[in-house]
Order: sequence, then C-alpha cells, then structure tokens
Amino acid sequence: MNHLPLIIKREYLTKVRNKSFIIMTFLTPFIFIGIFALVAYLSSLNSDTVRKISILDDSGLFANEFNSSPHTQYKILHKVSLEEAKKETETEEINGLLYIPKTENLEDLSKEITFYSEDSPSLSMMSDINDMLERKVNTLKLKEAGIDSETIKNLHIDIRANQETFKGKETSKLGSGLKLAFGGAAGYLLFMFIIIYGNMIMRSVIEEKTSRVIEVIISSVKPRVLLLGKIFGTTLAGITQFLIWVVLILVLMTVVTSVFGIDPAAGSPSQQIIENSVDGGTQQILHDIMLEVNNLPLTNLIVMFILFFVGGYLLYASLYASVGAAVDSETDTQQFMMPILMPLILAVYVGFFTVMDNPHGTVSQVFSYIPFTSPVVMLMRIPFGVPIWQQIISVVILFGTFIGMVWFAAKIYRVGILMYGKKPTYKEIFKWLKY
Amino acid sequence: MEKLLVVNNVSKVYGDYKALNNVSIEVEKGSIFGLLGPNGAGKTTLIRIINQITMPDTGSVILDGEPLQPHHIKYIGYLPEERGLYKTMKVGEQALYLAQLKGLSKQEAKERLKYWFDRLQIGDWWDKKIQELSKGMAQKIQFVVTVLHKPKLLIFDEPFSGFDPINANLIKDEILKLRDEGATVIFSTHRMESVEEMCDHIALIHKSNKILDGKLIDIKRQYRSNMFEIGLITTNHAAITASLKEKFEVFPATFKSINDELQYKVKVPDSVSTNDFVNYLTSQGQLTHFVEVIPSASDIFIETIQKN
Repeated sequence: MNHLPLIIKREYLTKVRNKSFIIMTFLTPFIFIGIFALVAYLSSLNSDTVRKISILDDSGLFANEFNSSPHTQYKILHKVSLEEAKKETETEEINGLLYIPKTENLEDLSKEITFYSEDSPSLSMMSDINDMLERKVNTLKLKEAGIDSETIKNLHIDIRANQETFKGKETSKLGSGLKLAFGGAAGYLLFMFIIIYGNMIMRSVIEEKTSRVIEVIISSVKPRVLLLGKIFGTTLAGITQFLIWVVLILVLMTVVTSVFGIDPAAGSPSQQIIENSVDGGTQQILHDIMLEVNNLPLTNLIVMFILFFVGGYLLYASLYASVGAAVDSETDTQQFMMPILMPLILAVYVGFFTVMDNPHGTVSQVFSYIPFTSPVVMLMRIPFGVPIWQQIISVVILFGTFIGMVWFAAKIYRVGILMYGKKPTYKEIFKWLKY
Repeated sequence: MEKLLVVNNVSKVYGDYKALNNVSIEVEKGSIFGLLGPNGAGKTTLIRIINQITMPDTGSVILDGEPLQPHHIKYIGYLPEERGLYKTMKVGEQALYLAQLKGLSKQEAKERLKYWFDRLQIGDWWDKKIQELSKGMAQKIQFVVTVLHKPKLLIFDEPFSGFDPINANLIKDEILKLRDEGATVIFSTHRMESVEEMCDHIALIHKSNKILDGKLIDIKRQYRSNMFEIGLITTNHAAITASLKEKFEVFPATFKSINDELQYKVKVPDSVSTNDFVNYLTSQGQLTHFVEVIPSASDIFIETIQKN
C-alpha cells in the first residue's frame, strides 16, 4: 500500500504540468469573465436604446399620463386622423403608435385601444403600456364610483406574512432564496466537478492502455491501488484547478466591475429578492443577509458538503475509471457514458425542479437516499433543514456504495486494462466480474 | 540444482476458454528457461500468473521456497510483450518512478540508473520525453527499468522485438551477464536462434497444455534421429550411391566444400553403430565430411506442434 502516495504524486504532477491543463486553468476564468462582461455590455446596450412611441389620444383622458423617461419617449400627436398618424409614425423612425379612440364609457375604451407597429412589439413594452392604461382607467372608474385617489392611497395595506418554523425560528423569503442559492450552487458545482474530472480520470486510464505501460505498472502494483491512486491524484489536480479558478474569477470580477462599472448582481434572482424583501438602505439589506446566513445550518452544511462532495465524486470517478479500462480509445466510450450520465442528469433535474418546489416531498426524500443521486439532491435539501439521522443514513449508503463500486470497478479494471483490440459488450464486461 | 520457481499444476479458465490446463514447470536457479509455444498457447497467461497480475484458478506457484505473495513482486523483473512507457514523462523521472514502485529508494534508484545509463551510453536522454525517442531507444530504457532492482527472477517476453541486430546483441549479452551474476531468467520468444544460443532449459506450451519440457540438450538427444551428413570422394558416384541407398535411408544434402564429392544425409538404424558406419564409408572412398545432424530448436518446435 506504500505505493499509493507515489502513484498519487505522479498522477498529480503529470496532470498539473500538462500544457493544456495549465492553459485551461488560466484561460477559463478569462473566458468566463469575458462572456460575463460581454453579456453585461450587450444588455446595457439593449436598455440604452430609446423607445419612441407616438400617441394619438382622441379621448383626451390620458393627456398627462405619458411622461417621457430616458428609456421611452412619447410623442403626443394632436388633431390628426388615425390614417395620418399611422403614416407619420411609419415614415419617421418611431417604434409604434398607440391609438386611444373616443368612446362613451370606460368599458368600451378598454376594448378599443390599439397599438400599431411594423412588427410585434416586445412583451415588456406592451405590459408597461397596458399597466399604465389600466392604472389610469381603474382610477377613473373608482372616481366614477365616488372614491377619490387620496382615499384609495390611504386604504392600501401592504401584507407580508411572517414565516416561522414550529421551533420558533424566523424564516423569510430572503432566507428561502439564500437556501436555494446555497443548495443549487453546491449541487451544480458537484455536477460540473464530476463531469470534468471524471472524464480526466477516464482519459488517463485509456492513456495507460494505449501507451502499453499498464502491464509494466501492474506487475508492481495491485490494480486496486493504481485505481485509487489515479482517482485521488486526479481529484487533487482538479481541486487545485478549481481553487485557482475561483480565486482568479473573484479577482477578475472585482477588476472588471470596478473598471467598467458593471453591477454583477443586477438582474440576478438574489438581487430581485433583496429588492423585494426590505425597504430601507443597503446597510439594512446587508444586515438582513448576514442574519439569514447565520440562520442557515452552517456547520451542518459545510460538513455535509464535504462528505457528499467527496463521496459523490469518488463514486462517479470509479465508474469513469472502469469505463476507461473497458475500452481502447476515447471514441469507444460513448456506449458506456450514457448509464453514468443518466443518474447524474436525473439528480440535477430532481434537484432543480422537485427539491426547489418541495424540499421535503417524497420524491426529494427518495432521491436523497439513492447513492447515485443523493450527493446532488441531498446537498440541495440540506439548507432547508434535513434531520441529522436522514443525512447520516444517506452518507452511509453513499460511502458503502462507493466501496462496493471500487471493488466492482477494480474487477473490470483488472481484466479490462489487459484486453486490447476488441470493443467489449456489456455481456463481456459482466463476465469479467467473474474472472 | 536448487529451484527458484516451481509452478504446480496451474489451470486458468477465462469464461468458456481454458487458457492453461494443469501446467507445471520448474526453473533452476541461475539458468535461462525458454518458454516456447505458438501464439495464443497460454504463455502470457502463465507469465501473468507468475507476476501475480492474474490469479490461477487451481494450482500453486512457489518462488524461492515460499508460496507466491504480494511482496514477491520486488524479486521479479518483468518485461512484457505489450510494453510501453508514459509518453509525456521524462526518461529520468519515469525510470525513477518505476524503480520506486519496485521498492527501491529514490537515492538507490538514482545511483543504479546512473550506472546503467553510463553503461548503455544513454546518459544524455535523462531529460528527454519518451515521445522524442525512437522505438529502439525506448526499449533500452524499458530494459534498464526491468533489471534495475536486481531481481532474482527476470521474465522477458520477446525482449528483442524492436531492436536492430547490434542492439539485440547488446541486450543479449546483458541478459547473459545478469545470468552469470546469479539471476534466473525466463525467456519467451519466437526467435528460435536465440533460444538455441541462450536457453539451458525449455518448455513448450501448446493449446494450454505443456507438451515438452526439459534441458535443451536432453531434448535434442531425445529428438536425435541418427542422421549423419557425409561427404565421400569416390571414383564411381553412381555405384556407391546405389549401394548406400540399398543399406540406409538416404536424403540429398548440400554443404560447402572444396572437393568434388558425394554429399548426402544418411539415416543410420540403431542396430548399426557409428563406428561401423564410418568403417563402411571409409571402405567405399575417402571420407571428407562426417557430422551428426542435431535437431535445431526450430525443428523440435515444429515437429512437436505438428505431432500434437
């Protein structure tokens, strides 16, 4: 067993010194930030363009409602017929024409307002206009009924239900958002990690086969030890790369946002939640976030994140390694990749749809016990509070399966690495288990 | 003679295919043992069992008096037929790694590598990557790595493939030298002339069974056919040929000679002693050439395989 550190060291160093690995390590954050900056830039371009809308208000009810803003300019047309207005709007570079006809009562009005434009207007613009018209008509109707706007304002009451668990912990919408973010990020991170570095392990196994070095190695080292060494070595290389990515992305993000003045959180769900949740200054928001973070089961979260991340990754890594051992070249891996990817994708779907909808439903619970989906699903559930005994059972199942899987993978590995030239079928691989 | 390796009744089945059927061999200490057989006979399976890469279904392997155990790998040096090195790793690093896997300390490995690299004059390859070397060069590195930890038992599977004649000779001499220094060698090859030159003992495996085993010289005796190659200067070629053919089985033969003579291979029955045969020949003319035809390893190989 004293070979294990030696193998881990070799695997780690070869990976880390590999040119394409180094390039990817330093290039990826730049690409990531580049795309991010591009998207931010493009969306700012989009919102910079000024919408021009001409208005023909025959009813005269909306005279003071259309106030031009930096994003939208309204041009009020006076004393022209609809036909003339259309023609004018078309020739000038104006996005559309809103026509409000003169009617006897407000009910008819709502049915007859028409928006003319060359092509379909954007949904957001239409809902803006509709909202504005609706508000005005509502006010007018209330006035008709004898209620003035002052009374309406005074009668309006904002309701925000307080959320509290049975144990008396306060919960909030903000908290739920944070939990979603934590769980989602953890699950997604694991998913990405498995796909990227699982493949790396598989390639390194195949490389040993194609370079025919395997029989030399295997005459000095037990296949199981070699397999474990490969998995651990590659994992360490992966963690190194991941950490460099995180640091670089954070640094670059800070640089980019401060240089270009882009708000990185703009438009993200968390920002919206923050905006919706509290009235008051930024100070207050930050304070609330910190409070919510403290409310999360942090220790539990971190410990379980590590356990599930390691367990889940190792489980899939041994699968990837046995696929690598079974085939001769990367092109032959396709038929064996599906059964690996299916449970993984299933886990992410269950995580993002079912767990977010109902973290403690039956489906969520079942999938957080199945070892092939539990790492992702359970990681997403934990922020919402999962009893410790459930977590422990799940971890035990996961690691038990991992040990079984290493045994299984080592068997395939032991036979497969010495098989050259033919593409194995599932039936043959099943036979190998009995050799 | 003391036995270094004893394989007792080993069988191995892969699915429906029997790769080895009750095979036993004994390898004497300090000898070169030739493991022969056609492709797919089961040689590689046997070698892998000795290397503990696969386990036998039945039977046992005893190395130096002890049943084979995991720690024995450091006493064995194995050069597989399907061999290669990590292409992107540097020669020196790689050799150190492989030596350490065989249980050498880094320092020890470095010293021995320096010795071998100087000896084979490949010292300046240390920092090259394997992919920059030619096949023959890589094979040399592979050879060094195999013998570096001074194993008691060396197993070479087709050690000369990929070498030019000069380097093949160099490696052959190194193997003989290692044997002289006390190592035991198991040698699997299809090149019969090297079997002839090097092996003390051979075993022939065919269709999973051992069909021939013994000292090369004993096997040759066993396969001798009392055939003699003769050259005879006579005045009457036709008459002598006729009388030879009457008494013995005669086959045509050609060998280099400066005489104008009759050249034949003659099979002498057991009832006639060699002396009588020589006397008979000298009575017929002037005997210029008389050699017993010794079966070559290649002849034995082909004959035995065909018989089975």
